[in-house]
Amino acid sequence: MTTEPFPDQAPARNDLIARIGAGHLALAAVLLVFPFVASDFFTTQIGAYSLIFGMLGLSLMWLAGYGGMVSLAQITIAGIAGYTVAIFGENSADVHGFGWPWWVLVPFAVLIAALASALVGWVSVRTSGIYTIMITLAVATAMFYFAQQNYTLFNGFPGFAGVKAPVVFGIDWRDPMPFYFLSLGVAILCYLAVLYASKSTFGLTLQATRDNQRRMRALGYDVTMHKVFAWFLAGIIAGLAGILLVWFNGRISPGTINVGAAINVLIITVIGGLRHPIGPFLGAVVVILMQTFAIDIVGAERFNTLIGLLFLVIVFVSPDGILGLWEKAKAHLAPGSLRSDI
Amino acid sequence: MNDLRPPDDTLNNAPALTKRQVWIGIAVILALLLAWLVFTPVWPEWVKDILISKKAFVSSILNGLTLAGLYFLVASGFTLVFGLMRNVNLAHGSLYLLGAYVGYEIADLTGYWLLGVAGAFVIVGLLGIVLQVVVFRRLEGDDLRQTLVTIGISIVAADLMLAIWAGGTYQILVPDWLSGTLELPIISAVRSNGSIVYIKYPLFRILVLLAAIAIGIALWLMLNRTRVGMMIRAGVDDREMLSASGINVHAVFAIVFAVGAGLAGLAGVIGGSALSVSPGEDVRYLLASLVVVIVGGMGSISGAAIGALLIGLAEQLGLVYFPTYGIVVTFLIMVVTLAIRPQGIMGSTS
Repeated sequence: MTTEPFPDQAPARNDLIARIGAGHLALAAVLLVFPFVASDFFTTQIGAYSLIFGMLGLSLMWLAGYGGMVSLAQITIAGIAGYTVAIFGENSADVHGFGWPWWVLVPFAVLIAALASALVGWVSVRTSGIYTIMITLAVATAMFYFAQQNYTLFNGFPGFAGVKAPVVFGIDWRDPMPFYFLSLGVAILCYLAVLYASKSTFGLTLQATRDNQRRMRALGYDVTMHKVFAWFLAGIIAGLAGILLVWFNGRISPGTINVGAAINVLIITVIGGLRHPIGPFLGAVVVILMQTFAIDIVGAERFNTLIGLLFLVIVFVSPDGILGLWEKAKAHLAPGSLRSDI
Repeated sequence: MNDLRPPDDTLNNAPALTKRQVWIGIAVILALLLAWLVFTPVWPEWVKDILISKKAFVSSILNGLTLAGLYFLVASGFTLVFGLMRNVNLAHGSLYLLGAYVGYEIADLTGYWLLGVAGAFVIVGLLGIVLQVVVFRRLEGDDLRQTLVTIGISIVAADLMLAIWAGGTYQILVPDWLSGTLELPIISAVRSNGSIVYIKYPLFRILVLLAAIAIGIALWLMLNRTRVGMMIRAGVDDREMLSASGINVHAVFAIVFAVGAGLAGLAGVIGGSALSVSPGEDVRYLLASLVVVIVGGMGSISGAAIGALLIGLAEQLGLVYFPTYGIVVTFLIMVVTLAIRPQGIMGSTS
């Protein structure tokens, strides 16, 4: 993703719900041109990385925005996909590494992640509201400690290194440009899928369940199954992001899925906004730019204080994140422009 | 719903008495089995085949009980705050860690360990009041935003504590009269010459357990025998009605938050003395509180005690018998509880 164009694209995004057009096309053009203008560093460390974390945020946005289930386990699910790739694919840790070909490995890892996600969902949807956040946090933390303690399965503290993206069609997908376009392609696919799903019958049912679970149950819907299926879908997105993440880092260790990372995904999503699927991507760009350049402002040491404070301010001032801020700004500007039009 | 029922729900399930009798029966059988395992002078061979050695088993049980005491201290504050304010305080682990550091500094400065304990309780408790008044009161009734705010606070707190106390490990020194080991009247082995070897255990850890029990009883008395406790219980059941009866709910909230935060701080000093203090402990104790409270039931002190016992024992027994899968046992307890009783063992169904 890019740095500047966002504030301009966001509004177009919003009325895109009514008419497909300008906003999407302009954004697509910028995203396609971006890697040719930007340096390798910007293409991968900012561009691809934001896309990956945007996807993680998207899976959370899908659950939280449409399903009303705030999860802290998205990075855990991504981590499960990542570990699956490291264990069944190739790694340099001399533990496991079955060397499955990518076209078996990727669907398999996504499936495992989606099933794990459905399981987490099944455990957490039995309770409601704020419990979800607690249970998913407990799941995320337990998984982190498990991966760290267990050497037979997860190779403990060091985890797995030397996990490479495959070479397909003669292109090495580890190179900056191909990797960026791979991430972009997958991200767009997920984004459009969420956009479509939110307006499908299933998406509407999910939103209705979020708004009034008892009524939906009374109408004869199997609320639990709907929610578990939503978790399954979120697991697919998080799983894809997890595979990209392990290819991006070339390694996976318990540090990838620690509580800090889990909270990071939540921060990205909340800062971006939970109202529209573009929010998480917006949040990812902001947070990752800050993460990269805050060193110059506050020093690497106190970065967490800065991001924590920004998060607090956003939660206090604008519960809908940057998207919400924009809505507010538009509301301020709108009456004037309306009058001048008439 | 009866407004003044005790928060631990003991009177709530009258129709389900038979089911409860079954559970109590199972608990009694388990307790008897445990007592037999602990007090039989020498284990028969087949028991040794399963449980390795009596010494390992008994000390892991004792360690589990100690840890349960610590978990109870941390989780009781968490559950109390949730029960009354519906506020999931994910910064609770940070309060624990802060208490540990504050206790360390005070004990180090004055040389009195007890002052460290008291100081941590008071300072972290006051901080709790500040948090309640400055932050949570503004977001009342908005669960999600309150929770998000506590996450933000925990991030900033962890980072600032790292800035002040750096990444090292601290050990809070226990005064002489609390250290040393105690010989327990439990036989570890009988030597071939007929002399009996008893199990030795650090005195301080036994005191941790006793302190947890004492504080648990004090909390119970406060909740069930005092006026403030009555208000708190009423608030847990119906906040609006309590407020409508002319009671300053915010004062009650502040008291509960102070006690909850103070207990976390106190537990920090005790945990830092029995074990150690280092960054990352906040997450560990937050996880412990979460699981204990999910298993035991939100808002119930007796639930926190039961949950802490289960999790503490599971963790320590897991450490000895399934070394690298220990956390899975804890996790399974949580999942099974959620599957059978989503509201937790002592949780109410409302």
